[in-house]
Amino acid sequence: MGEHGREGDGLERWGALWEERTGLSRRGFAQLCAWLAATMTLTSGGVGRVAEALAAAPRPPVIWLHFQECTACSESLLRAHYPTAEQLILNLISLDYHETLMAAAGKQAEEARRATMKNAKGKYLLVVEGAIPARPFCRIGGQDAEAILKECAADAAAVIAVGSCASFGGLPAAEPNPTQARSVAGLIGKKPLVAIPGCPPQPAVMAAVLAHYLTLGRLPALDQLHRPKAFYADSIHDRCYRRPFYDRGQFAASFDDEGARKGWCLFKLGCKGPVTHNACATLKWNEGVSFPIQSGHGCLGCSEPHFWDNGSFYAPLSTPIGESGLSTGVAAAAGATLGAALAGGYRKVIDQARSEARPVTLDDLEKSS
Amino acid sequence: MNDPGYELLLWVRGPGWILALAVFSFGMAMRLFEIFALGRREDLAPPRPAERQGSPMRTVWNRFFPVPGLFERAPATHVSGYLFHIGFFAVLFFAEFHIQLFRHLLGFGWPALSAPLADALGVVAIVALLAALVSRMRDPVKRFLSTAGDYLAWALTFLPLLTGWMAYHHVLVSYTRMVALHLLAAELLLALLPFTKLIHAVTIFVARWYTGEQFGRKGVQA
Amino acid sequence: MSATLERGLAALRAGMDTPMATFFASCVHCGLCAEACLFYTETGDPKYTPIHKLEPLRRLWKQEFTLLGKLMVNIGLDQPVSDAELAEWEPLVYDSCTLCGRCSLACPAGNDITAMIRKMREGMALSGHAPEDLVHATQRAVTLGSPMGVKLSTLKAKIRAQERESGLTIPLDQPGVDYMVLFSGMEIVQFSEILGAMARIFKHAGVSWTLSSEAFEATNSGIQLGVSDLAKEILLRTVNAAEKLGVKGVVSPECGHAYTALRWEGPNLIGRRYHFEVVHILELLARLQKEKRLRLRQRDPEERPLSFHDPCQLARRGGVLEEPRELLGKIATDFREMSDNRERNWCCGGGGGVSAIERSEPLRAKAFQRKLHQIEELGVHTLVTACSNCRIILEEGLETYQIRVDVAGLTELVADHLEEDQPQTGAGAAGGES
Repeated sequence: MGEHGREGDGLERWGALWEERTGLSRRGFAQLCAWLAATMTLTSGGVGRVAEALAAAPRPPVIWLHFQECTACSESLLRAHYPTAEQLILNLISLDYHETLMAAAGKQAEEARRATMKNAKGKYLLVVEGAIPARPFCRIGGQDAEAILKECAADAAAVIAVGSCASFGGLPAAEPNPTQARSVAGLIGKKPLVAIPGCPPQPAVMAAVLAHYLTLGRLPALDQLHRPKAFYADSIHDRCYRRPFYDRGQFAASFDDEGARKGWCLFKLGCKGPVTHNACATLKWNEGVSFPIQSGHGCLGCSEPHFWDNGSFYAPLSTPIGESGLSTGVAAAAGATLGAALAGGYRKVIDQARSEARPVTLDDLEKSS
Repeated sequence: MNDPGYELLLWVRGPGWILALAVFSFGMAMRLFEIFALGRREDLAPPRPAERQGSPMRTVWNRFFPVPGLFERAPATHVSGYLFHIGFFAVLFFAEFHIQLFRHLLGFGWPALSAPLADALGVVAIVALLAALVSRMRDPVKRFLSTAGDYLAWALTFLPLLTGWMAYHHVLVSYTRMVALHLLAAELLLALLPFTKLIHAVTIFVARWYTGEQFGRKGVQA
Repeated sequence: MSATLERGLAALRAGMDTPMATFFASCVHCGLCAEACLFYTETGDPKYTPIHKLEPLRRLWKQEFTLLGKLMVNIGLDQPVSDAELAEWEPLVYDSCTLCGRCSLACPAGNDITAMIRKMREGMALSGHAPEDLVHATQRAVTLGSPMGVKLSTLKAKIRAQERESGLTIPLDQPGVDYMVLFSGMEIVQFSEILGAMARIFKHAGVSWTLSSEAFEATNSGIQLGVSDLAKEILLRTVNAAEKLGVKGVVSPECGHAYTALRWEGPNLIGRRYHFEVVHILELLARLQKEKRLRLRQRDPEERPLSFHDPCQLARRGGVLEEPRELLGKIATDFREMSDNRERNWCCGGGGGVSAIERSEPLRAKAFQRKLHQIEELGVHTLVTACSNCRIILEEGLETYQIRVDVAGLTELVADHLEEDQPQTGAGAAGGES
């Protein structure tokens, strides 16, 4: 009880400060803090800490780079519902460079970027959206994408790769990858990196990662692929509300059959949920309204590496990717040819043994030494 | 990428599968030619009149069952053998996920077993195969006959079953990784089948036919 | 030229064919053939597992007729079949296999193991790894005309004695008759009453028959030894004699492997079909009985129960299954089938030349327990069979284990149960006997 009381007191106090600073409601602040604490898997006692940090934090400068992408990651961020994009951009961070959102253009814009890099050396966050191609593709302000990234990453506090393109190469890196597009990971040396894959990534996850850095001054716990564990530890399948149907072996066989209407598992229709790690099944989209599986379509697996080369979206996971007919036929023909050649040799051996055998006489039964 | 599960899954679903299928078809074609192109001499002895001959096709069928008395002499071999084969083929051909594969390959599918039943049959196959291994190592005849090839064939058969079950139940490692291992194990089985004693899956029917024909022409239903 | 490893291996290669490759490819080492083999069931020694008896032949197949096996030898992971290996296998291929064919019936893969052992013996003999006793028996068969050394003069003496006893003629070298009848040397020497029995039966049924002075021995040790060339040489005497006499058919007597040799292997040995029919004496008797030319009377109801031992080469490997039942059905009052009968019978333990191998006697005695058990559970006092080799082995075995059961030949039993008050059949059917 006492702890709850103290926590409640803290929230109240920091909420007031928040209201004063941002003009946002105290109630909303409490919700944000609780949610952040929960998604970042802090203990309940951490809610107070989150509140304290959030209310008092200085707005860190952010440089947001766009390379080979479709801006859907930014679009997704704009649909963040709590905190909203405006809250985030206007109150929580200082978005100093974002080609789509900023008013500045040309030299002015590049100067703003350089100014931030200089003034907030070692303190700014670098957000990267899109994959990085090899020269000569994707030049901005006369500079190569790779050079821009390296330049900006050099003095950043951390790099946040948003979306599957920046995280894993995504669509630009799909076979045959004509621009030799790459993810951020290999280009920034040992700079701390957070990957928030997804096509697009969950707005709440982008917001939460920024908020986490804001409140605690460090990056959240990450997995092998630099993804925040809080959002990427479970697979879609693990958290899917249709999971019981999978366990019972009840599958929709087409998008308009009885099973589909009954909301059965979409495995047979190509759902990649079992091997896709993301938070869609819990956070959902559009202010928690729905997510693809809830709308009756299988998961595309967009937040996993190579998702674009992962076979048809509608091919079940248990089917192979790619065409095997020709190679199988060629192999069989080669095997048959070799087999026939070998058998020809064997037959020769047999025929020789038969034809060269001299008639056996009684003397032949005595063993010679 | 440093997540071996996902990378491996992509590989086994893509190039791995194509490779395994190619090795299988190469090996199978080669082995079948090696075996069936040797030829066979015509039997000049006049057979029994047609109505008294044994049917080779019936021999092919009959050999699914032991001759009377044999079961009692080797119950472990029979029970583990039957249960393993029934469980293995039930799961291979009637688990939903596998039917999807056959549908992809053949263009048509068939009804699946219910998930709990397929699951149970998989467990039956796993337990039976373990029992078969114990029996192989303890039975004097089987221990005496067994070679490295027998144990290799056992492992090739056992691993897909085990990893399939573990993937389905999300045991030990992530589903992604386990499914990848399952497919890898299945591809190993497929690729090595023609080169191991597992080729019996194809040849026993012909072997039974030859023997059935030899017995049959003499008037004995083997 | 004498026996060498190279000659033996060449003989093994000559026997290679698709069925054999299929069989070896199909074996999964399940061990069930052991359970079908009386040498394993009675000794419990895994080395008697039938498929194991073929190991050198399997290795030769693998090394010379599969790509993988060839590679293994090339990189030194496998050693070619050696003379020492074949020597080691001699007792397995000969002493402990009666070619009874039970393993071939039991194998779930469908492997005809027995047929492969028969082929393996070709290589064993030519590499000098056949048992001396069998070699000598074959030498006698080739040089003297009979493995037991039975000469024409012996036969003639027996004929005279049996003619005296039966009061009937036993024709010799009579051309144009229905059947030329063969006997096993064992019958001529040990059970010569069979000559008289045949004479009575054929008289009764009105069948014309003859013996040949050039070919009276039915057995063919060449088959058991596994030397097709010598088997052919032995067989050709019969074929030539029968075709010279112009008989309709040749009757194979109560001898298991003689029937296999003449009926099933023969045409393949000489490379052509015969100009006569081969019929086993039981087939002929059953046929005559069906045609009502052979009328049998029942045994005395007080007589004790009897059973029939199926000779492997007649039943499982010969297809003579129902004929003995049809005949015994007319005679026996208390006929009891063995637990495993017809094609599933158990061997007496002396077939396939094993009875000729002296050193195998202790093993054979052990293996006989299988048959003994079958006989004991029936509680019969008479055991009828249709193979003089089985008969000797059964008598010996029963004697060894002190079991008092009489062993009889079915042909003799038939001869003893002919209806006596029958009128003579039409002279036309009697052929050369008139």
